[in-house]
Amino acid sequence: MQAPPLKPGGDPQIIAPRTPESLPELRSPRRIRWTRRRIALKRFWRQYRRSKMGLAGLAILIFFIGMAIFAVVADPSGADPSQTSGPVLSPPSREYPLGTDDFGLSVLTLVVQGSKISLLVGLTASVISMSIGATVGIVAGYRGGAIDTFLMRVTDFGLVIPWLVLAIVLASIIGQSLGAIILVIGVTSWPATARLVRAQVLSIRERPYIERARALGASNRHMIWHHVLPNSMPVIFANTILTIAIAILSEAALTFLGLGDPTNPSWGSMLDAATEAGATTLGAWWWIGAPGVCITLVVLAFTMCGFAMDEIINPKLRDR
Amino acid sequence: MGSRRYVLKKVAQALLTLFFVLVFNFFLFRILPSDPVKFLTRGAGLQINAAEQQELLREFGLDKPVFPGQFIDYMGDTLRLDFGTSLTVQSGRPVLEVFTGFMWPTLLLVGVSTVTAALLGIWMGIRAGWRRGGYFDRTSMGVSLVFYSMPEFWLGMLLLILFSVNLGWFPVAGRETLGANYTGFAALADTLNHLFLPALTLTLAYMGEYYLVMRSSLLDVLGEDFIQTARAKGVREKLVLNRHAVRNALLPTISLIALSFGFVLGGAITVEVVFSYKGLGGLTYEAIQSQDFPLLQAIFLFASAAVIFMNLLADLVYGHFDPRVQEA
Amino acid sequence: MNDVLTLDDVHITYHTSSGGVPAVRGVDMTVRKGEVVGLAGESGCGKSTIAGAILRLLPSKTKIEGTITLDGENVLEMKPGRLRAVRWTGASIIFQGAMHALNPVKSVGDQIAEAIVVHQQSAGREARVRVGSLLEQVGLPSRRMQDYPHELSGGQKQRVMIAMALACSPSLVIADEPTTALDVMVQAQVLRLMKELQRELGLSMIFITHDLSVLVETSDRLAIMYAGKIVEEGPADKVFHSPQHPYTEALAAAFPEIGDDRFRGKPMGLGGDPPDPADVPSGCSFHPRCPKAFEDCPTIEPDLYPAGEGRRAACLLVPAAKDRAGAPA
Repeated sequence: MQAPPLKPGGDPQIIAPRTPESLPELRSPRRIRWTRRRIALKRFWRQYRRSKMGLAGLAILIFFIGMAIFAVVADPSGADPSQTSGPVLSPPSREYPLGTDDFGLSVLTLVVQGSKISLLVGLTASVISMSIGATVGIVAGYRGGAIDTFLMRVTDFGLVIPWLVLAIVLASIIGQSLGAIILVIGVTSWPATARLVRAQVLSIRERPYIERARALGASNRHMIWHHVLPNSMPVIFANTILTIAIAILSEAALTFLGLGDPTNPSWGSMLDAATEAGATTLGAWWWIGAPGVCITLVVLAFTMCGFAMDEIINPKLRDR
Repeated sequence: MGSRRYVLKKVAQALLTLFFVLVFNFFLFRILPSDPVKFLTRGAGLQINAAEQQELLREFGLDKPVFPGQFIDYMGDTLRLDFGTSLTVQSGRPVLEVFTGFMWPTLLLVGVSTVTAALLGIWMGIRAGWRRGGYFDRTSMGVSLVFYSMPEFWLGMLLLILFSVNLGWFPVAGRETLGANYTGFAALADTLNHLFLPALTLTLAYMGEYYLVMRSSLLDVLGEDFIQTARAKGVREKLVLNRHAVRNALLPTISLIALSFGFVLGGAITVEVVFSYKGLGGLTYEAIQSQDFPLLQAIFLFASAAVIFMNLLADLVYGHFDPRVQEA
Repeated sequence: MNDVLTLDDVHITYHTSSGGVPAVRGVDMTVRKGEVVGLAGESGCGKSTIAGAILRLLPSKTKIEGTITLDGENVLEMKPGRLRAVRWTGASIIFQGAMHALNPVKSVGDQIAEAIVVHQQSAGREARVRVGSLLEQVGLPSRRMQDYPHELSGGQKQRVMIAMALACSPSLVIADEPTTALDVMVQAQVLRLMKELQRELGLSMIFITHDLSVLVETSDRLAIMYAGKIVEEGPADKVFHSPQHPYTEALAAAFPEIGDDRFRGKPMGLGGDPPDPADVPSGCSFHPRCPKAFEDCPTIEPDLYPAGEGRRAACLLVPAAKDRAGAPA
């Protein structure tokens, strides 16, 4: 049985595509949105799973986050100098797997306890940095005009100032506390994020659905909240991961220079203490090695995860 | 001609940014603390009574209103390169003198490291991006990631332990052998001997970042259509790489390298501390420890000016090579 | 040798992380000297892949089977040195100039000259003179050779691409969607230019586009591609005005001509999307979207049956197919 041929002068013959029967009945817009997000997340994870680098990074991260959680619940007395019992500056042994410091404290315990501070500072500071940066970037990119120019001048200014010197100055003024360090790092590292987010927003702004939404009468708040923000999230998220890596390195540098919180020693503080005690000349490699290796591994892990995410978001970097 | 206008515009922008830095610097140290005198003399640990306080206030010009009185004083002083006197590090000496005494070793260290790191990083990045997925790419990526993730001062400590303490190949500290008073060639050799490990540390630490930036910039460019056009024309692969791909990929890399100069300076500070290398880094450290704020203020200004200058340089180089930028 | 280009049973498979994707699944094609062959189809049908394959510009892991004969030589067996020499002199490609097909940091004159210099046809001042005359040939003043791509409009960049393609007097010119990104008015100008040049210089051309109405004006013969295969070919106006394949009918109907009564008040379109090359429908790959599909279509894959004077069509409804129908592909 043949279907009637296309006849000029006949009825319009538009052939509709078959609807896939598997699509469930979708009700509200919110339902649709969350279903879409869940599907997108699943797809993202499937792609992420394929990256060896991303998985390795994730594994290392889980290990150290586990260590930090353990540190929170474990007994901190092992890091308290007034309660020592071990031999001073002894190399790794069965009793002290990572050796001891110049107070006789187990380096392993110090490292475990330090993990919670280093990670806490890194994460919190980058959340601050990311929030400021993303806000500035979105407002500048979306509003454009004079606001954009002004914000970009400020951002450029922030980029130009050598961060460590500024951080040192701020820290010496504000004081040496955990909050101060977090604040200092957060406030000095947002410009890079702002620039990146603004570039992303500028490209989103040109997309057709933005024009359509505006034609439908969407307000600015609606546009930013429902269109610009969700579409910049992948970029913001990947960038945040990389920012955490930088924040951890920054924290290490600041505490190494003695600007950390003495009551909350992190890995950087351990390196500071080691240098002060002359560990380099005394050859106490375990004391210097352990916290450094930890910092390197955590930063490496975040960087690898961030790169893996970048490859998924930016297809040009993927293997074609 | 378009490019002259571009150069002037960029120089003007740089000067404007410098001006903002000056303003920022001023307010940072005056506005934040509540009692300026106590703040400024805090480090010196001086005990002063009310009369002396008044005297000091007048001497520092702090009895004038902050704005415009103090501000104008400050701008005037800065233009005459008068940065006050050091409070604690070298008490009594003009900051400018103290500063210049420590400037050249740091310039040498940072200069040598940045150039070497840039050359190495760019070369590796090109090679890795061009043969993407190959053996060199994967290996250099791994190595660069590891060096990038290391705190540079820790890397310095490791190198110190290995090469100086254990192997004795290099001196353990300082920028010159104290008391030796070498001259001429011997002095040069001595300087290089002390410079080697700190420079190696900084080079390795920053090479990784430049490598990653160059590589990703090249990969971006290789995805562009004009690369295929060049190949279709029958241009040899090597020329496609150098004449088309690298030429385009190098430009954003250079700007990013200039932008990261601020981090290089930060790294120099910590590395100098590790190696007790008598440069601005060590000076900054001492200034923090003893809270010598006039000195810190001057260092802040200089560091910012250095970064602004590097960025200006990068902008000019970029403008020279990329014709699109010159259209204002 | 009257045939400039011959494709013989060409299969092209891309390599991806999820396996091989067949982009071209058995194509035979010939371009005679001085002839313009139009190659039409929707995105993903394989037409641009063929263009890339002729000069072996596809990604290195791509598998190309069959023979591609250019000026009597098999391109697929050429050594790298010979291939590079043949590129641009044997065949050249007019890319979509409006996109980033031009190097932004070099002047357009330098880029055209590069083709001339690379093939050692001349150098220095001689090359610049030739560049100047090429630009004039495409309607641009020769002093524009100093300009950079961003200083030119879309239409001007396209003219530069044309001039560049002619630089080494190739035997075959492949135009890959040369007018797609241009405004309609500019499109018309560029098309007119290409027609003139083809007539003047007697160029052999392959004109690739998805816009069938453009091809009718410019081509001598038409080949319609769908899902990696040619589904109809023949003299251009015959194919367009009396198509033998339902896909051609639908394509032709989608581009209404002003003044042609058939289109008055009745927009006609083809629903659905072209198939994913990795997942081509069974039998006749067009059957899910075909208005004339019947029960044999999903099972029998049609060959290109003779369908008139110098015409072929791959549809089971073609009279000649009935003689061979029943034999599975």
